[in-house]
Amino acid sequence: MNLAIEARGLTRRFGSFTAVDAITFDVKPGEVFGFLGANGAGKTTAMRMLIGLLQPTAGEAWVAGYAVGKESELIKRRIGYMSQRFSLYDDLTVSENITLYGGIYGLGSTEIEDRRRQLVARLGLEGREGALVRSLPLGWKQQLAFSVALIHRPSVVFLDEPTGGVDPITRRKFWELIYETAAAGTAVLVTTHYLDEAEYCDRLTIMVDGRIAAYGTPTDVKRNAGAATLDDLFLRLTRPGASE
Amino acid sequence: MTGLADAAVWASALTKRFASTLAVDHVDFRVEPGELFGFIGPDGAGKSTLFRLLVTLYTPDEGEARVLGLDPVKDLWRLRRKIGYMPGRFSLYPDLSVAENLSFYASVFGTTVERQMATIEPIYRQLAPFAGRRASALSGGMKQKLALCCALVHDPEILFLDEPTTGVDAVSRREFWDLLARLREGGLTIVVSTPYMDEASRCDRVALIQHGRILRIDTPDAVCAAYPLPLLGVRGVDRLGMLDAMRMHPHAESVWPFGASLHFTDRRAGADPRQLASELREWLAARNIEVEVTPIDPTIEDAFMLLMSQQERAEVAAP
Repeated sequence: MNLAIEARGLTRRFGSFTAVDAITFDVKPGEVFGFLGANGAGKTTAMRMLIGLLQPTAGEAWVAGYAVGKESELIKRRIGYMSQRFSLYDDLTVSENITLYGGIYGLGSTEIEDRRRQLVARLGLEGREGALVRSLPLGWKQQLAFSVALIHRPSVVFLDEPTGGVDPITRRKFWELIYETAAAGTAVLVTTHYLDEAEYCDRLTIMVDGRIAAYGTPTDVKRNAGAATLDDLFLRLTRPGASE
Repeated sequence: MTGLADAAVWASALTKRFASTLAVDHVDFRVEPGELFGFIGPDGAGKSTLFRLLVTLYTPDEGEARVLGLDPVKDLWRLRRKIGYMPGRFSLYPDLSVAENLSFYASVFGTTVERQMATIEPIYRQLAPFAGRRASALSGGMKQKLALCCALVHDPEILFLDEPTTGVDAVSRREFWDLLARLREGGLTIVVSTPYMDEASRCDRVALIQHGRILRIDTPDAVCAAYPLPLLGVRGVDRLGMLDAMRMHPHAESVWPFGASLHFTDRRAGADPRQLASELREWLAARNIEVEVTPIDPTIEDAFMLLMSQQERAEVAAP
């Protein structure tokens, strides 16, 4: 089987500081993969390498079958990315954002039109196509940003804290979109500060000081460490000295 | 209940509009002296607007409030000296060092870091190793601690912390709440807001807030205990399949993923949860889905979600 993401000893140093220290993991097509770690653990740096924004110092990685650091432009065409909060233009309308991203991802105008119609219908945004994105409720913006990141049907989508700040129902509805996307074969790599969401992942890594400190299914990583919950495991890994 | 004069904070029909949006919609509440009081709700619920009304930065369109017995509109200058406020966004000077930020905030209030050391010592101790580092180069958790320190440096009588833990990892959040617990033990009144439902249990009382309105105010335990319907925890392998099947159940009020399990709320109020659990297990088994079902105690998040859906239904039903 072709892997959606494969990292082998992937490393990034900034001067004498090793932000990402020889990480090795893989993500399968259709998998929901949790990418966890404390602030500053190296998640963002690792993700920036995988999406082609940052050159690795050492090691190798492939995303959608293309080599990280060598085939960045090909990678960018095969991935979707939704950043912390969102990547939409607030001053453009729903329609304009879709057209803009469709164009950036190299879709033709008929294709863009088709997908725009599907996307608007699926999100229940009919009649709001002309609304400025800034006027949409936060939950809708996040769903729209996610859908736009998928407009070119990428093999892998990267979600960086996609559910920050939304209400608990909207947060769960967003996860149902993630499940649907994965069920359709797209690999989803997601970072989050909500550890209950980490339980929704098929597999996950927990990064500590640039290294992978836990890797596997939520059940396995808990069992291997003898931790009752991911919260306990996370605390133990990131603050080894802390008392429970 | 004691008189209004004894409250650390009270609000009556407090309202703030922005154009046609009711950001804070006729809100009533009171905070007792020495309480750690939490406003729990998502972004856009009105938490920050409410805080700005209380800390003299906005004036209300309707209703009124008192903080430490003072009117935030008429007594703003007296009140400002007595309150510590940590706004939601990073409020520090990024190009100043940790020590410089602290002495700046101290000097604004006519005091010095040294004179206030007793108040800020527990937090300052954690910051001291980074005293010379620029604020912009601190980690998220350390930035929050510095902002807390700056809000405390003039020895306020009450502290307003607007989403101090947003965007901070789970472990740093826990450490931050440990600091708040220590400040509370010292007698400080603390009003805090957060979108993280799991933080509610660290408060003496909470107000659940959504669309500018308070859904409920009570102790965290009482909010959970007031959950009106039987709640079951369901564990199995095929989560998506379980979710779809259970939503077709004739008595399902709601079905949501909750960490490692799914939470099923049954519409039949007052029914025996054990009975419902075995019924649900059999109902799913008849559909070739093998699960474990156990009656469970609701969390704040369960309570919030139910209240939120009820509020939304009421809004749809209203003319």
